[in-house]
Amino acid sequence: MKVQIDSGRCFGHGRCYDLAPELFGEDEEGYGQALGGGIVPAGREDAARLAEANCPERAINVLVEE
Amino acid sequence: MSVDDRFSRDHREEREDRPRGARSEAVTGPVSDWATDFSHAEPEWAADPYLIQDDLRQRCPIAHTERFGGAWLPTRYDDVASIAYDTERFSSRSIIISNFRPAPELAPVGATPPISSDPPFHHDARKLLLPAFTKTVISRYEQSTRSFCHSLIDAFDGKDLVDAAQDYAKYIPMRVMADMLGFPPEDAPRFAEFVEDVLGTVSLPPEARLERLDKLWDYLYVQIRDHVDNPRDDLTTYLINAELYGRKLDTSHVVGTIVLLLIAGIDTTWSAIGASLWHLAAHPADRERLVASPDLLPTAMEEFLRAYAPVTMARLVKEDMHWRDVDMKADDWILLSFPAANRDPAQFDQAAQVVIDREVNRHAAFGLGIHRCVGSHLARMELRVALEVWLSRVPVFSLPDPAAVTWSTGQIRGPRTLPLQIP
Repeated sequence: MKVQIDSGRCFGHGRCYDLAPELFGEDEEGYGQALGGGIVPAGREDAARLAEANCPERAINVLVEE
Repeated sequence: MSVDDRFSRDHREEREDRPRGARSEAVTGPVSDWATDFSHAEPEWAADPYLIQDDLRQRCPIAHTERFGGAWLPTRYDDVASIAYDTERFSSRSIIISNFRPAPELAPVGATPPISSDPPFHHDARKLLLPAFTKTVISRYEQSTRSFCHSLIDAFDGKDLVDAAQDYAKYIPMRVMADMLGFPPEDAPRFAEFVEDVLGTVSLPPEARLERLDKLWDYLYVQIRDHVDNPRDDLTTYLINAELYGRKLDTSHVVGTIVLLLIAGIDTTWSAIGASLWHLAAHPADRERLVASPDLLPTAMEEFLRAYAPVTMARLVKEDMHWRDVDMKADDWILLSFPAANRDPAQFDQAAQVVIDREVNRHAAFGLGIHRCVGSHLARMELRVALEVWLSRVPVFSLPDPAAVTWSTGQIRGPRTLPLQIP
């Protein structure tokens, strides 16, 4: 599983790094960043989905590889 | 080195230099029909705006009023979001509805940048503030905020009835903003007056309102001049020294941004803390659950922000246009109600219920799009700490007289009198 932030839609609400700090961080202006190349470690899938579901701007995409 | 004389003139003279705005007739009094004559400045709205908004969403989702020179009120999430994102057709040149519209020439900067700014200027003015308001930078204020909350509760000593709005919620953001701006902490009680002068006077005739606003500007000029003479490590000095496009900011930009930080930083968080405590006082099961499970607080807090979102913004229509079934005219106001959006059943399950363990909560309490509240990380820190400290120190409290609770009128909604019984 991978997570991506659409930088055109992110306005720095920070819900992703509040809810899933192991997957997302903030840059120096508060915009969200996917950490570790966006790769979701095994067992953290729920955190990724929770962040996606709570982004007010719908800026987060969760990609599942078959 | 040249002397910084940007703040030496009287602000009344500065104002004379500005392009003139347009005034509308002040109309007050009972609303005849909320679909055609709404007013967010009347007591019925203050008492319970949600009943009105829920009704309008069903029968007239974009309501209108002739008051304030003409305004629209969308109550569906989708309409509110679309307007928030559409900076081409809706201007932020004034974000508080009153009987005064600033001149179109004031765009794209507006009176209180960046909240009053439109693209492309908005981006640059906002960029100046963002680094000071990241979650990491804000966390530096957490310890002092926590100590201050404890000191407010220490002062309850022996009382069994306290006003949680006046004796607790209000002081927390006032103290934090005084600290961040570098204003004397003993001035904090005056900030509540300034907030009332800016936000609680929107129905007054413009001249009367201006007189009230002058007090705030006079105060800020004193503080700014003191910072010019005695620079220090705070946001006021930062703004005085900040540069955009290779030169220091215009006088009106510095003062306007400080007005924004002071007003937007206080009334909003005061309201959020107060509304949360009001809910918990009135809903003992939620209070007991949060006391027993403090880990639930971050989730519950988001639900309080959704259900009792304190902030409603405004926009001005740029050009005459047909927009989703209504004919908008240039310079019509839009009352951009994030609280109404947050209670749209098309967007939220159980929209009218407060569900403190709501896991999926894409609420718009801090706005959507380029104007996302720049202080949202600060507000969340203050709200969390204020509730943590209260619930740990005063786990049992109730609302002895619900009718004694009063709410602010206008665009920022929260309890202004909140008598709570504590053991």
